[in-house]
Amino acid sequence: MAVQFQKNDKLLLGTVLLVLLAGMAWFSFLGRETGASVKVTVNGQLYGTYSLKQDQEIKIIIGEKVTNVLRIQDQKADMLTADCPDKLCMHQKAIYRQNETIVCLPNKVVAEIIGGEEAELDSIT
Amino acid sequence: MKRKTAYLGMFLALALICSYVESLIPFYFGIPGVKLGLTNIVVVVMLYEIGAKEAFCISMLRILLAGFLFGNPFSILYSLSGGLLSFFVMLALKHTKKFQIVTISVMGGIFHNIGQLCAASVVVENYNLFYYAPMLLIAGFITGFLIGILAVEMTARLKGLLHK
Repeated sequence: MAVQFQKNDKLLLGTVLLVLLAGMAWFSFLGRETGASVKVTVNGQLYGTYSLKQDQEIKIIIGEKVTNVLRIQDQKADMLTADCPDKLCMHQKAIYRQNETIVCLPNKVVAEIIGGEEAELDSIT
Repeated sequence: MKRKTAYLGMFLALALICSYVESLIPFYFGIPGVKLGLTNIVVVVMLYEIGAKEAFCISMLRILLAGFLFGNPFSILYSLSGGLLSFFVMLALKHTKKFQIVTISVMGGIFHNIGQLCAASVVVENYNLFYYAPMLLIAGFITGFLIGILAVEMTARLKGLLHK
């Protein structure tokens, strides 16, 4: 095997790995809280906020076309369909923890889980 | 090196094939955008065996061509930002002459993902995407490591062929 690590490599790789693992640990503690609603933005603009408690299918319409369908079920949000070619957002797991996001890059659609208070207000409107 | 043009064409074809193979492999980890980065083998090997300028040209051409062939304008944008950042990080690290190929490939993998994440956040104007940063960067670390091992093996075997 030709791969042999020198001191420099071990130092750099070790430090980087440590920082990454620390970051991951920190984030997983930070983002443990379950969210209350999902905020959808299109092109950076707010499209709507929907409560996770209510099962529904949200059609995201850009222009005249339904580009994405977001489903809320069992207090989780999941991208049901997307008209983009890569379908990466559909492959993503359902989100429910605060700050988790589903992104559809070609359509610039972002679904993001947010916390409690605001949700109650928005579900009335 | 003799027949340089032919070699560069061959490397570009190789990089494109890697892109194509990668587009066929469904490789989902629940996080969008995690890829093996097979083409990085070609970039790393070229960086060491041919030269920085050539590696850069092939990398950029590969991104444009692969984007037109298998992707969309958006995938070009993300690959480009990732590809550029990762290339310059690898080049800088190689210049220090203190690191092995595997280390450089790992850093390339990580910075590729940083570049893409930045581009994605700017496009969708949502900085919460960085929520996924630790996971993405660890994925970059692992794939970069695997690609690095392959690149070491390839450079060892190609040495005799390329420098005739």
